[in-house]
Amino acid sequence: MRDDKPIFRRMGDRSVLIELGDEISPTVNEKVQRLFFELDRLKIDGVLDLVPGYRSLLVIYHPLVIETEVLKKRIQDACSRLEATRLPEPETVSIPVVYGDRHGPDLQWVAQYHNIAPRQVIDLHCQPLYRVYMIGFTPGFPYLGEVPEALNTPRRETPRTSVPKGSVGIAQRQTGIYPVDSPGGWQIIGWTPVALFNARRHPPSLLQLGDRVRFYEISAEEAGQWQT
Amino acid sequence: MADVNALQVLSPGIQSTVQDLGRHGYGRYGVAPSGALDGFALRIANLLVGNREDEAGLETTLMGLTLQALTDMLVAVTGANLQLRLNGKPLQMWCSHIICKGDVLTFSGAASGFRAYLSVGGGIGVPRIMGSKSTNLPSCFGGLHGRALQKDDILAVADPGENLSLAERCLPPDWIPAYPARWTLRVLWGPQDHHFSAEGRQTFCSHAYMLSPDSDRTGIRLQGPAVHSRTDIAESIISEGVVAGAIQVPGDGQPIIILGETVTGGYRKIATVISADLPLLGQMKPGDAVQFKAILPAEATDALRRQEERIEGFKKSLPG
Repeated sequence: MRDDKPIFRRMGDRSVLIELGDEISPTVNEKVQRLFFELDRLKIDGVLDLVPGYRSLLVIYHPLVIETEVLKKRIQDACSRLEATRLPEPETVSIPVVYGDRHGPDLQWVAQYHNIAPRQVIDLHCQPLYRVYMIGFTPGFPYLGEVPEALNTPRRETPRTSVPKGSVGIAQRQTGIYPVDSPGGWQIIGWTPVALFNARRHPPSLLQLGDRVRFYEISAEEAGQWQT
Repeated sequence: MADVNALQVLSPGIQSTVQDLGRHGYGRYGVAPSGALDGFALRIANLLVGNREDEAGLETTLMGLTLQALTDMLVAVTGANLQLRLNGKPLQMWCSHIICKGDVLTFSGAASGFRAYLSVGGGIGVPRIMGSKSTNLPSCFGGLHGRALQKDDILAVADPGENLSLAERCLPPDWIPAYPARWTLRVLWGPQDHHFSAEGRQTFCSHAYMLSPDSDRTGIRLQGPAVHSRTDIAESIISEGVVAGAIQVPGDGQPIIILGETVTGGYRKIATVISADLPLLGQMKPGDAVQFKAILPAEATDALRRQEERIEGFKKSLPG
């Protein structure tokens, strides 16, 4: 563990990245979550957006409304009282997944890569209670961690130009769900009928930083009857 | 306010979208800002027709957009010189004009710059989603049905008859930006400049890079001498939030300037374009050359202040 002092890194003249650790871990990510809640609550004049990452928070601001040094001071103050920040109880969301076949075109490959049966891949993937480390890449895309070490799988050598909405993928020890059709290089092992993103809903993303997610298996027939 | 069908798309051109100044405050949900790539040009177009500067207009790329007026309205076109014509005759840009029912506006091709902006008095009438009318093209929401304009689309405008008295407003000619084929972008180092070798940083700001044809609203891809990173550092970083203007360098050393359709990323960013120069990113076209100039944070703020003062000055000069 390195010491707890946050590192400030400038990203242009209107955003600053605050690093709260140098690894992917629940402890570091919870610090990000605390700083995010604290700054969100303060509603500092001139702050336009807050983008949480695995181990950092990006604060976007208007430099003519709040000076960088003034903003840094406020963020440092917030950092010094993170221990006292109360976080909301995490929501636990269960996500049904149809694994394999046309819904999970990479399931066989992943099983072969680990020299296990596809059934074991599914069981391993359904085992953990995952943490939502961040939302990004596309609207509503949750970065979930961590999948069991026995499922640690590299990305596809050639990313797909289009991954269908609802696809469930893994990359190294991360797993995630594609909320909209988009390019992507993760290994697709399944598909969920649940809508992860709806621009007209508030909040637009089903999942939020700090939520917990569990996957469970359903059949293609059950998915066909799914109402969201 | 009554929305009136105001413009019919006879030809959508290469890419035309409804954009305002962007969708801010939703980064936590992975929602990118989108918005006009040349925000300066859109703001001026709006002011010329009496709109709020953050109202939605049309952003059109390079050539081909043809629109027919379905009612009388006030319009202004700013940004790239795409050889704007009204019923076949050249029409002055950076000025507001009344166009009448049946008139046809055409954007026939780029004389300079890459994207033009059309504002209509009253603003383009599409629903606000998360506070903005901007089209999010990659995720298919916002703007007109979440997509670029298509032939026969009809655009509504709120009370197009309202602002007609403001015709012939013009931006002072010496304020009209020039769009060269060689650009200098001012940048601040960081956030990951320390991941690059001294030689890599030197390469980055001492050579011209060429805009690749596969640049789009998501990012400007550059081709030139590879920017080398330190050999003792992994190729990707832990994913983090990003802003438009951040310049990421993947393993091949070819820089990519991130635009407003992305909110997180996992590549190192050597430097970030200053806010005052962001509007230029909308006007750089494939084949153009760009050189980076590292400046100090205080200079970046001064440049932004001067730009904002100029826009404020123009606003104050307008009657009403």
